[in-house]
Amino acid sequence: MELFDNLAMGFGVAFTFQNLLYAFIGCLLGTLIGVLPGIGPVATIAMLLPATYALPPIAALIMLAGIYYGAQYGGSTTAILVNLPGESSSVVTVIDGYQMARKGRAGPALAAAGLGSFFAGCVGTLILAAFAAPLTEVAFKFGPAEYFSLMILGLIGAVVLASGSLLKAVAMIVLGLLLGLVGTDVNSGVARFSFDIPELTDGIGFITIAMGVFGYGEIIANLSQPEDKREVFTGKVTGLFPTKEDFKNMIPAVLRGTAIGSMLGILPGGGALLAAFAAYTIEKKTKLRPGEVPFGQGNIRGVAAPESANNAGAQTSFIPLLTLGIPPNAVMALMVGAMTIHNIQPGPQVMTSNPQLFWGLIASMWIGNAMLIILNLPLIGMWIKLLTVPYRWLFPAIVLFCAIGVYSTNNNTFDIWLVGAFGVIGYVFIKLGVEPAPLLLGFILGPMMEENLRRALLLSRGDWSVFVTRGLSASLLAAAAVLLIIVLLPSVKSKREEAFVEE
Amino acid sequence: MKIKSQKDFFSGLMFTIVGAAFAYGATSYNVGTGARMGPGYFPLLLGVILALLGATILFKSLVVETPDGEPVGAWAWKPLVFIIAGNLLFGILLGGLPSLGLPAMGLIAAIFGTTIVVSLAGDEFSLKETVVLSAILSVMSYAAFILLLKLQFPVWPTFISG
Repeated sequence: MELFDNLAMGFGVAFTFQNLLYAFIGCLLGTLIGVLPGIGPVATIAMLLPATYALPPIAALIMLAGIYYGAQYGGSTTAILVNLPGESSSVVTVIDGYQMARKGRAGPALAAAGLGSFFAGCVGTLILAAFAAPLTEVAFKFGPAEYFSLMILGLIGAVVLASGSLLKAVAMIVLGLLLGLVGTDVNSGVARFSFDIPELTDGIGFITIAMGVFGYGEIIANLSQPEDKREVFTGKVTGLFPTKEDFKNMIPAVLRGTAIGSMLGILPGGGALLAAFAAYTIEKKTKLRPGEVPFGQGNIRGVAAPESANNAGAQTSFIPLLTLGIPPNAVMALMVGAMTIHNIQPGPQVMTSNPQLFWGLIASMWIGNAMLIILNLPLIGMWIKLLTVPYRWLFPAIVLFCAIGVYSTNNNTFDIWLVGAFGVIGYVFIKLGVEPAPLLLGFILGPMMEENLRRALLLSRGDWSVFVTRGLSASLLAAAAVLLIIVLLPSVKSKREEAFVEE
Repeated sequence: MKIKSQKDFFSGLMFTIVGAAFAYGATSYNVGTGARMGPGYFPLLLGVILALLGATILFKSLVVETPDGEPVGAWAWKPLVFIIAGNLLFGILLGGLPSLGLPAMGLIAAIFGTTIVVSLAGDEFSLKETVVLSAILSVMSYAAFILLLKLQFPVWPTFISG
């Protein structure tokens, strides 16, 4: 089996003492930071990205994968313990997880989340390994027109999943695309929108935007809430492990969640959030066993299913990134940034030109997952203590680390002025009720979209119909249109609003 | 005409203005044609789209009823000012401001300055506590960024380290 040969090679690359250590450190740091209220995987990776600059590429990516899983699990931990989803995909975990914690069953909830995630992660890794090669074949058939259409599909997908107004989300994407164009145009060498500032001719740094908009913006918004609203929950936790009865309820939920997550994760723009929502909805539809706690009052299935789904989705969302080079969500966009820093251009060529890295990364994802469970099961008790750190000590530290992180990307104080400006912008976004995540996706895709549009139109001599006359491109655009229509249908629209109200 | 959703009104306004500004800026570059796109082509296209989207949002905010008028609400000036000021202070202390003749004070001074200013954004502030916090953060940052990761930071003021 070629699959197993490849996986074996991957494990050969990843399974060195040094890499295991980096995976461990990554998981540890990721969990430590991800567990802080209000900091999701995006901010965590953005913050820790500079720490991986000095490492060799494989070690750096392994560490980042560890950070990613750690941060994601950390987000679930805060969701369960303090009713604060650290990231959008754990918003459904909050519903039953926090109720479990209030009943003193935080331990089983955390264990269910961890074990479910681990199982889902294993399955996700296998799927990733099995489908990466055939999908890469498809990727080589992609011309510029197909890439452009796929990006449209991805961006529409991202919009569909964002809560709140569709129009505003689309506008944010376009704004992100525009911000991505700031800097020197690769074709003509013209410095666009740089106002004669030399630092801007290199473009705006991704970290600068991510930290300003997500980090500072969130902190300012958090501080403007009255204190009791962000108060952490410090109840007594009894019983760390799920009972036999819990396991009986949990296992089918984990299986269903994993299946849903794996499928939805592959869609560009889909992934963890939708997977978690879908999994929770399905669990709610299935019949309660006799003596089971109803949903919304601390049902363990309500934790296990969405957590498995979001981890499986997180895993399979690497597929579009690794095979097509298109980041399906903000976290993956950061991973692209990390890869480019190490001179790796994500895309189908990575697999052929650098198989060691490709399979090493896949193996390291599994290692990251395994490390997470090893690290976190014994530490559940400790995470609970960490949450008692008062917010008044936390936020100065977060601002400081953001500033240090931004400075260290270029060793340039200009980036610090810029991140301050984006902090203000981020707060304005929150006040105006526009979601910043689509902006980030657009920002990453901006230059890529322009390049592919330019090439496609150059090849077709300026004829826009090329996007619909080429079969693959037309079907991608059709899929995007269908997605958009589905969301705009009145019945789905009200359902979608309902789903987000439940948050 | 009455504004039916304040949030939408102002976000629509923001998108329209920003889109128009980008589109206007793009016209100063060579726009070119579809087959030979100049550097101004794509930004002009996007700028126009953004302005149109903004105008639509603006229009909707004046027409579609919302239950509570979706007010933007009060601005949290205190956290906004102190957090951003703390951030800027970090840059000034770390790298100095050559244009004003301010020397670089280095990482440790920057950590203390930033932590103290940022802490003022919170509801309760105790100088003693903040100084202790700064000291802890300094030690942590020095160990993590300078010793372990070997990042290139000026650690001490230039007039001491030379």
